[in-house]
Amino acid sequence: MTEKPLIISVSPHIKCGETTSRIMWSVSASLLPATLVGAYYFGSRAVITVALCLIASVLSEYIFLKAMKKESAIGDGSAFLTGLLLGLNLPPSVPFYIPIVGSVFAIVITKQLFGGLGYNIFNPALIGRAFLLVSFPKLMTVWSAPASAFIKIDALTTATPLGILKENGEARLIELFGDKAHLYTQLLIGNHAGCIGETSGAALLIGAAFLFYRKYITWHIPISFIGTAAAIAWIFGGQEGLFTGDPLLHILSGGMLLGAFFMATDYVTSPSLKNGQIIFGIGCGFLTMLIRLKGGYPEGVMFAILIMNAFAPLIDRGVKSKIFGAQKKPGEAKQ
Amino acid sequence: MGFKIFRGGIHPPDKKELSADKPIKEARPPDTVIIPLSQHLGAPCKPVVAVKQEVRKGEMVGEPAGFVSAPVHASVSGRVTAIGEFPNAMGRMVTSVVIENDRKEEWTLLKDNPDYMGLSPDEMKEKIKNAGIVGMGGAAFPTVVKLSPPKEKPIDTVIINGAECEPYLTGDYRLMLEHPKEVIEGLKVLMKVLGVTKGFVGIEDNKPLAIQSMKEATQGQENIEICPLHTKYPQGAEKMLIKAVTDREVPPRALPMDVRVVVQNIGTSFAIFEAVRYGKPLIERVVTVSGEGISEPNNLLVKIGTLISHLIHECGGLKEEKGKIISGGPMMGFAIQSTDIPVTKGTSGIVALTEKEIVHAESFGPCIRCGRCIDICPMGLMPSMLSIYAEKGFFEGAKEYNLFDCFECGSCAFVCPSKRPIVQLVRLAKTQVKP
Repeated sequence: MTEKPLIISVSPHIKCGETTSRIMWSVSASLLPATLVGAYYFGSRAVITVALCLIASVLSEYIFLKAMKKESAIGDGSAFLTGLLLGLNLPPSVPFYIPIVGSVFAIVITKQLFGGLGYNIFNPALIGRAFLLVSFPKLMTVWSAPASAFIKIDALTTATPLGILKENGEARLIELFGDKAHLYTQLLIGNHAGCIGETSGAALLIGAAFLFYRKYITWHIPISFIGTAAAIAWIFGGQEGLFTGDPLLHILSGGMLLGAFFMATDYVTSPSLKNGQIIFGIGCGFLTMLIRLKGGYPEGVMFAILIMNAFAPLIDRGVKSKIFGAQKKPGEAKQ
Repeated sequence: MGFKIFRGGIHPPDKKELSADKPIKEARPPDTVIIPLSQHLGAPCKPVVAVKQEVRKGEMVGEPAGFVSAPVHASVSGRVTAIGEFPNAMGRMVTSVVIENDRKEEWTLLKDNPDYMGLSPDEMKEKIKNAGIVGMGGAAFPTVVKLSPPKEKPIDTVIINGAECEPYLTGDYRLMLEHPKEVIEGLKVLMKVLGVTKGFVGIEDNKPLAIQSMKEATQGQENIEICPLHTKYPQGAEKMLIKAVTDREVPPRALPMDVRVVVQNIGTSFAIFEAVRYGKPLIERVVTVSGEGISEPNNLLVKIGTLISHLIHECGGLKEEKGKIISGGPMMGFAIQSTDIPVTKGTSGIVALTEKEIVHAESFGPCIRCGRCIDICPMGLMPSMLSIYAEKGFFEGAKEYNLFDCFECGSCAFVCPSKRPIVQLVRLAKTQVKP
């Protein structure tokens, strides 16, 4: 007989090495390339903006949990990730109270008041951004030109490619960038105006590849999102009638890649079932293009994801998984 | 056959290398055995011996009380010293017969019947029943009940379960290597009893030597097929095995016989052969004693009623005192509170985990709805929702998410990044609502 008591617990007695915090920190790490490109093109202002988001998010989570006498959850990395995503979704030139206000709203109102990690309905970073956009519409739509700006409209501020597309049309956009190939190249490397972390398609795709490699995301949401948006852009996005649009331009500009790979895929606020995720992605793509082509804003990714967030629980209920052995008709046994 | 797969499942580290190459070794018979009168699903036995009575090896000490029951037999010869309540692996007190081993190894009359295949199905069934044979994979369901399907449910297929998908366990693997012919003979007996013309042995493809050994043992026998299966837990679960081998899906809450299949485990098939040929009751079984906490992992042939502490001692003892000891495999086995618990007919293994390997259950996080559990649930359930509802006390809600279709394989809790005790929550919910 052993002298010390044995440990008793319910099976299973072994568990995999994956943890929530490892996932959160890994997703944060996958955003490193996009963050670095943002820092390179938009300089110290961008770095400080992102840093303020990180500090304000983590600190407000810490203080809130402390005040509620709950166990600290800073280590799980979810508040850090929210801060990072919000920071990357802000224009580089906002005053320094903007990231702080946005972060507190994201963490306290959107996440903690709904029950904390796992219970929030909406993506906290996107609600933070939506709150800022609605509350400070002017500040949130001032776009500083990248340090090595190619577009010479103004030395300090300029318009985003989607803004130019909306106001002046595709021809003008291509003209500003020289030619189409050059436009695509700039969109890939990130040398154009936009939010800190959304400008470089290449950096975002590197991060997304890492997430796929680690199996943290699957194709269902991002591909149905981007695929739907691309199809709509191609069919309805052109100025010379149907089927003349430029899908690649729409995919690479604005927050499409950041949204599709890093925000729409947020576990908590997207459907859990694969079929539901495809519906969710299609909805995101459709709403994004509806706003871009017909709405008042040049960009629609944020609102599209938030609207679909609200539908996520409903989608999961509607889709329901197929139970092993369940038959289509009662009494019909599979042979 | 082109199926051999089921949806979902996981790939835990199988750790079979610790004991896979150790031939089955007879454990030194213990000085005393504690033989529980309830080692099976169903009614406990009534004792038929008295204290101080001398018993021989193989003598019945408990008679079945009801149809779903199985007799138990003395596993050593000697004197009954007590009949009383003793704890079993699940921590329940069970009436048990204690026998002091006189080491004379005196058997009750065993009779070799080389013409056992000439017996009628009913005679075979009688021998299986009298031998007290139960499913030896863990659930310990009386075998004769499975072999007595109602007339309106004809059986056309027998599958021998050689998946052994639980990590660490290698007892069935060793039987397939060392006694393939006997296992196959057991299958043939089952086929004859059920009047079935087609038999399968399903073996995960991480056991190539077992597949080869069983193929050699069945050469030229066209009605028996050795079926290599994709290696994936829980491949050995009855429903998953049937799906993989025959592509039939057992409907929710139904039994294998509803899709005309009977499944038996490798060890059970071996015991059936011994019962029908020699009249040998089920008084010993192969137990894998393994785990990082065991000094010398081994596959032991163990007398039913031997204390687990005795087996651990046989295997060089524990490497560290504090730890977790599991009766069965680490995915579905029971953590035992003491090692002074007897091996029963359903004990497939003893696994000792070290402090380092134990995931403590006290600290778990909220469900982040990552959906991993849904992706791997072999039953197609949403374990995340079951756990959330059960955690909040909305047991009716859990029921709506098909609570009672969960057979607690533990795959969800294995993959959960928040380390949620999903199986525990499911079991809690199952006690709070009616099916």
